[in-house]
Amino acid sequence: MLYIPGNNPAMIQQGGVYGADSILLDLEDAVALNQKDAARTLVRNMINVIDFYDAEVCVRVNHLSTPFGLADLEAIVPLQPSAIRYPKTESGEEVAELLKIIEQIEDRHGLPHNKMTLHAMIETAMGVQNVFDIASKFDRVDAITIGGQDLTADMNIVYTPDGAGIDFARKRIVMAAKASHIDVIDTVFPDVNDEEGLRRETEYAKRIGFTGKAVINPRQIEIIHDVYTPTDEEVRKAYRIVKEFKINSAAGIGVFAIDGKMIDAPIVTRAEYILRLANVTVG
Amino acid sequence: MLNSLGREIPEYIEGIGKLEPYQGALTKLSKGWMDEPTIPAPNKAYLPHQSKLCNSLEEAILRSNPHNGMTISFHHHLRNGDILLVQTLTILHNMGIRYITLASSSLNECHDPILPYLEDGTVTRIYSSGIRSQLGRAVAMGVLDIPVVIHSHGGRVRSIHTGKIQIDLTVIAASAADCEGNATGSHGKSAFGSIGYAVIDARYAKQVIVVTDNLVNFPCIPLSISQNFVDQVVVVDSIGDASKIATGTTRITNSPMDLRIAKLAADVIEHSGFFEPGFAFQVGAGGASLAVAKFIREKMKTKAIKGSFMLGGITSYCVDMLNDGLFETIFDVQSFDATVSNSLLNNRRHIEIPAALYANPFNCGCITNKIDVVVLGALEIDVDFNVNVITGSEGNVRGASGGHSDTASGAKLTVVVCPSFRGRIPIIKKRVHTIVTPGESIHVLVTERGICVNPAFPELEANLKKAGLNIKDIHDLEIEVDKITGIPAPLEYTDKIVGIVEYRDGTIIDVVHQLKEK
Repeated sequence: MLYIPGNNPAMIQQGGVYGADSILLDLEDAVALNQKDAARTLVRNMINVIDFYDAEVCVRVNHLSTPFGLADLEAIVPLQPSAIRYPKTESGEEVAELLKIIEQIEDRHGLPHNKMTLHAMIETAMGVQNVFDIASKFDRVDAITIGGQDLTADMNIVYTPDGAGIDFARKRIVMAAKASHIDVIDTVFPDVNDEEGLRRETEYAKRIGFTGKAVINPRQIEIIHDVYTPTDEEVRKAYRIVKEFKINSAAGIGVFAIDGKMIDAPIVTRAEYILRLANVTVG
Repeated sequence: MLNSLGREIPEYIEGIGKLEPYQGALTKLSKGWMDEPTIPAPNKAYLPHQSKLCNSLEEAILRSNPHNGMTISFHHHLRNGDILLVQTLTILHNMGIRYITLASSSLNECHDPILPYLEDGTVTRIYSSGIRSQLGRAVAMGVLDIPVVIHSHGGRVRSIHTGKIQIDLTVIAASAADCEGNATGSHGKSAFGSIGYAVIDARYAKQVIVVTDNLVNFPCIPLSISQNFVDQVVVVDSIGDASKIATGTTRITNSPMDLRIAKLAADVIEHSGFFEPGFAFQVGAGGASLAVAKFIREKMKTKAIKGSFMLGGITSYCVDMLNDGLFETIFDVQSFDATVSNSLLNNRRHIEIPAALYANPFNCGCITNKIDVVVLGALEIDVDFNVNVITGSEGNVRGASGGHSDTASGAKLTVVVCPSFRGRIPIIKKRVHTIVTPGESIHVLVTERGICVNPAFPELEANLKKAGLNIKDIHDLEIEVDKITGIPAPLEYTDKIVGIVEYRDGTIIDVVHQLKEK
């Protein structure tokens, strides 16, 4: 997911060419206070004009407690991007209130309530505490994300390369997402020149269950794709598991073995997930 | 008359002579010989122990028979740090010499101070591979009555062999030289690496002056320029602005756009069918072009592929790849940073070559003929894959033919990398302003918005599609980009021709018309 400042027309125009799975047009932290109106107008005018190719387009609005949040929703919701990303989400009640406003705007424009989704950003200690409510109670919340910089600020700690301070939050957020069967996106890696550090952190995020990672520079996309793309060996293995599973299922066999190792439902599920990532189908 | 690309070429231009239209990239070469005869090199004799040292550049020029209508040449290895060209022309101007033909291997922004000499008749004709900045603007606006001739690096050698360019005096900057004129660019405080473009000038100029800021004991090694061609030697405080000659090491761009294009280009190369052990490779020194080397380097390591040679303008990145053992050899006609000079001097697998060996089409085989893959840039490219690297979107002369058409002609795979638009200006056009390299030499265009394969190479297209790369028809990409940028209003020209673009075989591939004053 590539962050693009909403007040930068050149970057928005080129947003789709870098191969990101998702483009996030930002009206919040990437935009200075005196540029908020300009950014909102620019994003509103460009979002349906620019070809972002295969990328999903999301817009991060300002929080409703700011003077800009409601105006952002009024401008962006009618355009129905793939998703609205909401910052500093702290509770299920807050999400309910936000969705009420969104649906009122949709009603005024004759829009359905089931097209555009909501990504909730968890960026405060309170948000971490309430993350399961946020993730599980609303059909329109199809992803949650962690905002590392704001979270460390809220916790009065310094972000360190090993991510020690936010490790609990990361894992709690991942677990809430998994329990709710929605996506979970890791925070950005701020040092764009540290490719090794980015790779290490992305590998860690993948290991503990994040389904993707946000980036602040297009140069970071390749590494994240590289980490998240299954290797040829993984795909071959997954293909074999799913194929054997289909054959055995047809014969009424639930558990079987490949090369002496037991294959049961969880392993098949994981293999199917790898094949989905690799765009491979088993005939 | 029309050439084979449909460009209108005059049969004759006063001051230039009869013109031959371009008929195809290999049409003239396929004969196996050059139609024009070669001229003999100058006939000279020196007495034993005769001193060649002069007290000043002015004294050396005075000894070199300066005269009206003379042709004077320079190399451009010091790039934008060169000061000798301006100094020499100022001396000639002050001597009252007029109607000079300037035949520098290229012209940069640092040469803008000679503009008054174009305006007052000191310089009346120019042959060069590139013209930029104020000079380029002035040329486009018609400052000279006789059109400038833009040639390729290989074509320049041919022009000197045939006498189309007959050099009366060449002034060769060298970062080290001895009292006899043995000279090099590979060491000294102003080291600039290879001096390959100057070799043909030294061989054919009636008078040869070597200018150095580093007189070393005889003999100066290596003998990049050898004493048997040198008439005079001048020692000066400085041959140029060292900070603009060769600084540090060349860095890979941080531009996400350039890196994106470079990554796609590297993917194209990987799946083209030419990325295999023993492949020969050339990349440029800037932006996306050099960044391709970064990705190719990674792919070579991953796939354990070792190449044969790298060629051309050499950067420290090329040297690193040589030192990594990824290539056997570097052939260096032009160097781009201090690290390259050190390698050129100390590594016997890093070989200095003259422009004739680099790219002259009329010999028994220049090294560009052996390139497998070359990555080139473009100011514009059209839907027929013709490339413009000489005139900008505003119509000014602002680039260089350089080795573009030479390498494109020789390579099995020529990859052009460029953004689909710059600023608000589309780079993919229905018709480029000026053709420098013909589309038949270009195999594939790589932009951030897609990859376009020349339909003349269906096997390549099939290979790339099989690899899952995003292949688009160039016409579709042109339309897509026009939708983003709009179509710029056409430039307005007069009928006056201000430049002719010579293809490497000496035929005329295009002309540049005078821009209308606004």
